[in-house]
Order: sequence, then structure tokens, then C-alpha cells
Amino acid sequence: MEEDTNNIQRRAPVAAAEAKTKGPLDWLATNLFRIAISLFVPLVTLAVLYAGFLFLRNSHASKGIVAIVAIAWGVGGVALLYFVSNWLVEKLGDTWRARIQPFVFVGPAVAILFWYLAFPSLRTFYLSLFDRTGTTFVGLDNYVAVFTNRNMFTAFRNNILLWIPFGALFTVVFGLIVAVLADRSKFDRVAKAFIFMPMAISMVGAGVIWNMIYAVNPNIGLLNAVYTGLTGNAPIAWKASAELAPWNNLFLILVMIWLQTGFAMTLFSAAIKGIPGDLLEAARVDGATELQVFFKIMLPSISGTIITVTTTVIIFTLKIFDVVQVMTGGQFSTQVIATQFYREYFTNQNSGFGSAIAIVLLISVVPVMIYNLKQFNEREAF
Amino acid sequence: MASVSYRNVYKRWGDVIAVNNFNLEIEDKEFMVYVGPSGCGKSTSLRLLAGLEEISDGQILIGDRVVNDVPPKDRDIAMVFQSYALYPHMSVYDNMAFGLKLRKMPKDEIDRRVKEAAETLGISQFLDRKPKALSGGQRQRVAVGRAIVRNPKVFLFDEPLSNLDAKLRVQTRAEISKLWQRLGTTFIYVTHDQVEAMTMATRIAVMKDGILQQCDTPTYLYDHPDNVFVAGFIGSPSMNFFDATLVEADGKVWVDGGTFRLEVPGKNTELALKHKGKQVVFGIRPEDIHAREFIAPGIAPAYMDSTVDVVEMMGSEIFAYLMTGKKNFVARLDPRTRAHVGEALSLVVNMDNMHIFDPKTEQRLT
Repeated sequence: MEEDTNNIQRRAPVAAAEAKTKGPLDWLATNLFRIAISLFVPLVTLAVLYAGFLFLRNSHASKGIVAIVAIAWGVGGVALLYFVSNWLVEKLGDTWRARIQPFVFVGPAVAILFWYLAFPSLRTFYLSLFDRTGTTFVGLDNYVAVFTNRNMFTAFRNNILLWIPFGALFTVVFGLIVAVLADRSKFDRVAKAFIFMPMAISMVGAGVIWNMIYAVNPNIGLLNAVYTGLTGNAPIAWKASAELAPWNNLFLILVMIWLQTGFAMTLFSAAIKGIPGDLLEAARVDGATELQVFFKIMLPSISGTIITVTTTVIIFTLKIFDVVQVMTGGQFSTQVIATQFYREYFTNQNSGFGSAIAIVLLISVVPVMIYNLKQFNEREAF
Repeated sequence: MASVSYRNVYKRWGDVIAVNNFNLEIEDKEFMVYVGPSGCGKSTSLRLLAGLEEISDGQILIGDRVVNDVPPKDRDIAMVFQSYALYPHMSVYDNMAFGLKLRKMPKDEIDRRVKEAAETLGISQFLDRKPKALSGGQRQRVAVGRAIVRNPKVFLFDEPLSNLDAKLRVQTRAEISKLWQRLGTTFIYVTHDQVEAMTMATRIAVMKDGILQQCDTPTYLYDHPDNVFVAGFIGSPSMNFFDATLVEADGKVWVDGGTFRLEVPGKNTELALKHKGKQVVFGIRPEDIHAREFIAPGIAPAYMDSTVDVVEMMGSEIFAYLMTGKKNFVARLDPRTRAHVGEALSLVVNMDNMHIFDPKTEQRLT
């Protein structure tokens, strides 16, 4: 017993002395292998990826093989990079791992976002300060032109005074009405499916369909067939006529309403289904008519969704391009900001002016976007 | 203030009959409680009265008026929901004032009523808050307040205490009783909890499978249940039931349960003699079974042997889960009783309070 305690007492100082002699060099010696591995594995990975890249660039193999290798290289490469960088981070201490690990996963997405979104935006802004060839610095001249050009003026009018109020308003109102009514119908699934269907059609496709409906020849154009049949008047060029301007815009806006109502309806319908039934019943017992239930209980309960849908549709309307491009090409006073951008940048080859329009469009969307995001964050369940 | 009548009321959903020939006369200023297990049609009966469901057949009257086709808003009723159904986007004040505003009541009158109700319910300090900033108990008060300010003819409560914790439930139970006394209005209250029914009601309507089983005062219901279901549903722990035969021997009548034989004393002899020789369901409440050492005075001794299975010490009493043969039953015993698991316990049964039912129809034998 006594001997044992003596032993322990004697050994303890020895161990302490051993620890003292261990300097950074010893630490390096014991961990050298680990460090070497940590450097070696990423280097091998990069080498493999680079070899794949070289093969893809220089290969004269058949296209099928190259495609397969490219897919394997792309998908496998991403997985490999994730795996290796995660493995590296795992080797760090707990504190550093917690700090770095999120970036391993978010980093690539952020990098891609920067490369394809932020960087082009900056470059567009840079270009907007130069003349049509991108060589001579002109300051803010292009921006002055954006706000003084007569065509741009029409585009702003169409976008802000026609597309946003009529497009967004009717999309939201129709979506809401359909959602409420379909909710009470036995055929709500069928009705909703029909109204949602246009969502599956591309903007361009919708433009082509409605081009036929608006066609001047009453044998093709549904609207003119009805119009001439009822009134006996000569057919009208509904969208492609300067006489109707600016109201010919409404015929284009109608296409977007047709496309977007389904989207609004779906979100509203989900929101309405989320209102507890008790709440509506309590209001009815409290003395509310069905209209009062709708305006005083239902609408406030889904106000968050209404704001989200409205802002989403507004953003969408501000950026509208395809429908106008396909149906009128922006002629007959139907141009909008995006079609003007396209016309100036690509048709007229004026990169400075075109870029300035793009930047103005971007800046006008940003506040709505920020508001929308804020709404998303603030919305909470009761 | 008004009476309420259900006359041959049916509610059907396709083949499902939720409420089956419901007949009930609720008098003015009564506190009527509908009680029963879930799916028994009690909530549906209440919702039919509120106008939230359409009546398939029959008539419902509030006062003298048939309200079958009257929309909820014109029935002059107020309802407190299980979920409270407070309007989340309105303050407590606006929640309570909502019904009054819809009726275009003058502003100062609304203000007076809301503040008065808030005062009574002790929620004055929360009037500016939104419902989500309140606790469950406070929300429940707001829901009651919203009903009070309307000053309706009939108050409807649909399981209003189910979402409260046990302690708060007991407290709120007493408050609702007080409220009823103060308002002097007809209350109709739905619950699945027979304790709530027993403690608050002037009359209880027991329902099962959409059919009204029995409707009477709590005491009468407890002492004279019409059938096995009511007998088992009212009272906790539940009444014990045994398959037994009524036999006559030695000039006396006995309840013979195979493993026990209990003498029917004077009060019930006539009844037992009438059904002599029959198979019956013999019912006895846990509090009518005593340990032999602690017999309450005035009980005619009918002895029974048992084995102790489980003992639950409640402090003021013991719930003893006992066995006779293979049959389990419960007794509420004096806390001094020495009941040990696995040991034999000699019992005395108070046969004055026995119940007998027909085993086929499950109806009370009279």
C-alpha cells in the first residue's frame, strides 16, 4: 500500500518533466503525418479535376463519350470538392470547424451567384456609363436619355400606369375571387385545375395563342368573330393599332392576367384553407354577413399572402418582356422597359443606352423585392 | 333569456346519423350540459342550435320562434368555442366589440359594455393586446367576454375548458358557474368531462351515438341512471358491473354473482323479488363498497371477499382495484384501510344503493 503511493509520487514529476521538454518541434513531428495528409489529399483532388478539364478541352473522342465524361466530371467534381473540403474542415478543432463549415456548403452557391448575377450587374452599370460602342466615357448621359427619350416615356407609362395597376390588380382580385368561390364549390378541384392550367404555358406560347384570338381576320380571330358577328362592323386590330393606343396595352395585359391568375389563386386558396373554421363561425355567430366575414375576417387573416402575391406580381409585371415581344414587338405604343432595353441593346446596338435601361429596371424592382423579403421574414403564425 | 326546444331533430351526413331523433326542452335560465364520449353528437346538437349546421329533420325553437331557417347572426345567441376563435388581427377590445359594431350600436354604449365585461372578467389591462400576446386562460376569458357583451338570449359553450391545464380548468369551472348565476341567462354547455357536467349543470343530457340517453339533474342522474351506459359514464371511478342472478333462498333475496352472494336489504327487496330468477347486470358504485373494519353506520351488512390487485392512495381515500374470481372492480376505501397487494380483503357492500339492469337491453330494471 505504502509502496504504491510512493510509486505514484515518484512518477508524477517525471511525467511533468517529459511534457516540459516537448516543444513546437515535437508537436510538428507527431503531427507531421496528419499535416502531410491534409495537404496531399486536396492537391490530388485538384490534380484529378484539372486532368479531367484538360481531357475535356483537348479530347478528340466522339461527342457522346465527351458528354458522358463531362457529366461525370461535373457532378462527381462537385461532390468530390464538397467531400474533400468538408473532410479538411472536420480535421480542425471544434471552434474552427463551427466557424468554417457553413462556408463550405454555402460558399459555392454564393460564388456562382456572384459570378452570374452580381458581376454582370456591375459590368452592366459600368457599360451604362459609356457610349454605344462601350469605348468613350459619357458619364450619366445615358441615364438622362432614359428619362427624356420619347419611346422610353411611353414605356414607363405602359409599365407603371397600365401594366402594374391593371395587371397586378386584376390578377390579385381574380385570383382571390376564384379562390373563395372555388372553395365553396363541389367542383373546386376541377375549376382550380382549369384556371391553373395557363401557368403551364410559356409566355411565348401564351402570346402566340392570344395572337390568334386577337387576329384581324374574323375567320381566325375569336374576338373579331364575336365583334363583327354582333355589331356588323369591320374587324379591329385590337393590339396592333395605334388608334386604340394606349388602351391596346390592355389586350396584352389580359394575357398576363390569364397566365398569372392561377398562380395567385393557388396561394390564396392555400391561405384561405389555413384560416381556422372556428374563426369564420365565430364571426357568423357574432352577427356578420358572409360579405362581412370575407372583408373583416378572411381578408385580414390572409393579408400577408395578399401582400406577397401582389409584390410578386408587380415584380413580374415590371420585368414583363415575352408577351409584348411576341405579340407586338413593342410597336404601336406597347413598348415596356424590358422591350426597350432589348431594342436599344440588340437591335440598335447601343450598349450604353441599353445598359442604362437595364440598370433603371433593376433599381425599380429592388425596393419591391426588399419589401417582399421583409414580408416573408415578418410573417409568423399566430 | 329564452327557452330552447329540440323537436325530433335529426342530423344526417349521408348514411351517418350524427343526431338521431333528439328531443329536449331546455327551460329559460337553465344551465344545461350535453355530455358524452367523442362522436356522440353533443357538439353537433349545439351547432345545430347555433345555426352552424343545417337540420336534416325536425325543429329547433328559441323562445317561441322556429329557427330552422334563421341564419346564426339572427338567432341572438353567443358561442364560446373550444379554440376560443379569437380574431387574431384585432385587439382584445375589438374582439369583444366586433359583434356590437356589426349591430351598429352607438360607440359609447359599446365602450361601456366592453369595459364592464372586461372588469368582471379581470382582463381590463389586456384590452389593447392582440390575442397572441395572451395566455390560454386569458384568451378563454376574452372569448367569454365576447359572448357576454352581446347580452344574448342563449349562451353556447363548446368544450371551452378543454385547452386549459387541470388547475385552471377547475378554477374557470367555478367562474362560469358564477357567471351563469349573475347573468341569469340560459347556458348550454358541451363537454366530454362528466365532472364538469356534474359540477355546473342544473340538468345534464347524456348522449351516445347521436341518441339522447337520459336528461335529468346531476343528483338524480347519479342515483337513478336509466341504463348501463349512463351508469358507467357518470361518476369517477366508474360504477362496477357484475353478471349476476337474483335468487331467493332462506326467505331472503340475494344477488348471486358466482363468487359472491349479497343479500338484498329491505328497501330493494320488492324490486329484487319482482325479477327473481333473472339474469341481471348488477351495478354498484365504488363508494358503496367498504372495508369490513370501516363500515359506515346504518349499512345492512352484505359481505364479500376479494383479493387486492392494485392500491392507489389518494390521501383522503384509497382507490382499491380488487378481484373476485377473475372479475376486476374498484372500491373507494377509508384511507386507514390496510389493503396490501395480493392479500385478501373482506368487504361490506351497501346494497341500499345497488342498481340492476337488464343484460340484453341494458336498461334499468324497475
